[in-house]
Amino acid sequence: MPDTPDELEPRVRRIISRWGHDPGALVQVLREVQEEFGYLPGPALTLVARLLRIPYSRAKGVASFYSFLSDEPLGAYRVLFSDNITDRMAGSDSLLEAMCYRLWAEPGKVSADGLVSIARTSCTGMCDQGPALLVNGRAITALTGERVERLCDLILARTPVAEWPAEFFAVHDNVRRADILLGHTQQPGDAIRAALQRGAAGWSEHAANERSWREAYVGAAQGPIATLEEIKRSNLRGRGGAGFTTGIKWEACRQATGLTRYVVCNADEGEPGTFKDRVLLTSHADLVFEGMTIAAYAIGASLGFLYLRGEYRYLLEPLEATLQRRRAANLLGNGICGQPGFDFDIRIHVGAGSYVCGEESALIESLEGKRGVPRNRPPYPVTHGYKQQPTIVNNVETLCAAALIAVRGGDWYRSLGTLKSSGTKILSVAGDVARPGLYEYPFGVTLRQVLEDCGGADTQAIQISGPSGVCVDATEFGRRIAFEDLPTAGAFTVFDASRDMFDVARNYAQFFAHESCGFCTPCRVGTSMLVASMDKIHAGNGTQHDVGEIDRLNKVLLMSAHCGLGHTACNPILDTLKRFRPAYERKLRSLDFAPAFDLDGALHRARKMTGRDDADAHLEAQP
Amino acid sequence: MNERPSFLLDGDEVPFEPGQTVMQAALAAGRYIPHLCYHPEFTPHGSCKLCTARINGRLMAACTTPAETATEVESETEELNDLRRTLVQMLFAEGNHFCPSCEKSGNCVLQALGYDLGVMTAGFRHFFPDRPVDASHPEILLDFNRCILCELCVRAAREVDGKHVFSLAGRGLGKHLIVNAESGRLADTDVKVTDKAVEVCPVGVILRKRVGFATPIGARRYDKSPISAQALADAPRPLERNHD
Repeated sequence: MPDTPDELEPRVRRIISRWGHDPGALVQVLREVQEEFGYLPGPALTLVARLLRIPYSRAKGVASFYSFLSDEPLGAYRVLFSDNITDRMAGSDSLLEAMCYRLWAEPGKVSADGLVSIARTSCTGMCDQGPALLVNGRAITALTGERVERLCDLILARTPVAEWPAEFFAVHDNVRRADILLGHTQQPGDAIRAALQRGAAGWSEHAANERSWREAYVGAAQGPIATLEEIKRSNLRGRGGAGFTTGIKWEACRQATGLTRYVVCNADEGEPGTFKDRVLLTSHADLVFEGMTIAAYAIGASLGFLYLRGEYRYLLEPLEATLQRRRAANLLGNGICGQPGFDFDIRIHVGAGSYVCGEESALIESLEGKRGVPRNRPPYPVTHGYKQQPTIVNNVETLCAAALIAVRGGDWYRSLGTLKSSGTKILSVAGDVARPGLYEYPFGVTLRQVLEDCGGADTQAIQISGPSGVCVDATEFGRRIAFEDLPTAGAFTVFDASRDMFDVARNYAQFFAHESCGFCTPCRVGTSMLVASMDKIHAGNGTQHDVGEIDRLNKVLLMSAHCGLGHTACNPILDTLKRFRPAYERKLRSLDFAPAFDLDGALHRARKMTGRDDADAHLEAQP
Repeated sequence: MNERPSFLLDGDEVPFEPGQTVMQAALAAGRYIPHLCYHPEFTPHGSCKLCTARINGRLMAACTTPAETATEVESETEELNDLRRTLVQMLFAEGNHFCPSCEKSGNCVLQALGYDLGVMTAGFRHFFPDRPVDASHPEILLDFNRCILCELCVRAAREVDGKHVFSLAGRGLGKHLIVNAESGRLADTDVKVTDKAVEVCPVGVILRKRVGFATPIGARRYDKSPISAQALADAPRPLERNHD
């Protein structure tokens, strides 16, 4: 789509005015400019920089950070195959090959006619109905050879994606076991009214969320404090993986000094194998927003953000509609539910393809329109978050639970689950099971129970909480999902005995290298070195020396990486080495050392150029 | 109030001013902690991780961790120096560093750290990335092959020169230095040869043209004394010394 700068300018200007010429909205502006032109042409980037009054290099730096943004032309159809291990297990690699063959395209490149570009992307959160792909940002699930053929037909006929059959875009919730959260019957506003009611015991004329002059009235803080007390009493802990106690986080933010406060809902569900937030945002969006509103009430915030991962871009319009409905019902806006001073609204920020933005300080950087690089901490976001103001960042599921607690109280919530892990946890079950989907259990459920319910047979291993979590083998299926045993962000990926656990670890190593932000030396270089070592072993050139090198890299990452991504990047390899060492050793050559350089492999390019693959085009077979 | 606050560095007391980082206090007290992306004149950002130290048992970057009383800092341990050697090897493997033909040899911080820490081998397979040079500017050459992404030029441009000549783009292993021009050419930016950003490069990326090899190899900065001594000589020091 070539455009002259003259044609470009009004379209770019329209987008920038919609975002109020705010340089903080740079990520959103770039995302929309890309939706407009199919990629980010240089002149458009220059224009964006000029109109937002930022250096060109900053616009370029941000544009090149997020994997969905591209400053080089893409095909008219951009196809991104989800590359989670579950997609691969379901045959995504051969489907990708088939599509490339049919459309005369090479992975990672634009086809010669400019029609299509086909590549891989990190897990798109459709593991329960994979293999999946994104075409021009829209998710297509349940791929089969036949479905890929039909996609190719549509692409070759240049049918606009908007006119493709709706069945391709169907995304099912697949709720298999519902408990208090997935089975809730709360109506929009219930939680807010319950929270306000708690404050009404005292004189709550001004029970407001602004922690400024309004709370100076004696008793005005009663409602928020009573709500906070319920959250603390519930012992709710963060559902995003780290498990920080929600009440303590909220209280720290409430008590921090600042000009204003912010609530951020972390819906950047990027951990491969996790898809629970997709369902919560699809079918329980009101509960999510209600949880954010409760949080705002408790800490005294008047603005919140929902950070929606780019893969769930298709949820933006329905979510905006829900927000609009809530504003009309006075569940958002000024004087919520008639309470003077209870002012709160929510904006949606759509990510653009970056796993590390799930880390709360990187997420905040991204919200501010920057590269999603984790900050140096301390200070933490609860005191210095968005725009350096006190900010809480909570997982989608955590905020949903908070909305339930607001109605039914902390004691009720605490009565569920185990002593140290109260409430329920939603598991995203995928892989080698008969019934993949969402399973909500009270904390304390054994892995064996989950396997039984989802129909896992001949199970060899389960990856709990995705690549950054732990991999357990059959001897450990008596262990429990709980903070005191196996904490999890939700991913529950099952591998039966036919799977090669080395391939699983290698897929995860590739994931981390792809998602490393590149800020610190150990992670930027180390994750790629891990991939190189795993590739060498995969190619049959590995030796004990390479396993030793993996150990050494793991140590460096654990000791010195800047954030959790680097610290956990070696987990999948460490876990599988410990539990499935034979999967590695049968690939090793017996030598102590073998060169990574493959003489015959070096001729690959020459063979490709000459179209030859006969015996004379090869060096002698290697020993 | 009379007692100056202090912490323990490898068993010795190091006094500090409130607001100083562990690195700043250590250097001011004449104690060296190996570092690469830290520079006393710019905001520390802690990306190279060479200054990783054990602070009250936790591994932290000394350049970004605020100094506090009653903390114990371990830096000169075999474990940490081993880590530092590996990080230096990683940086060598990531770029294209050919010391014998490099104009910066002898003045190069990466090379000097390698010598000082006792890095004896390459250690890793090298990536041999393809990074074109930019010779567009009449007075300045950019050889990205040697870039270690320390962001000193980025910070110097922003904090001292008040410009945005240099910036970072890409992510992960694809992260790279860019200049502030749509053409991608240094000649099209507002860089001046007198800018702080031009002078600060610790390796041989940003080079002034036509002054190469004016000082012969062998008579250069780190040929005379190791970087650990140079860093202390350069460090901002309080007027009073603790001892001597």
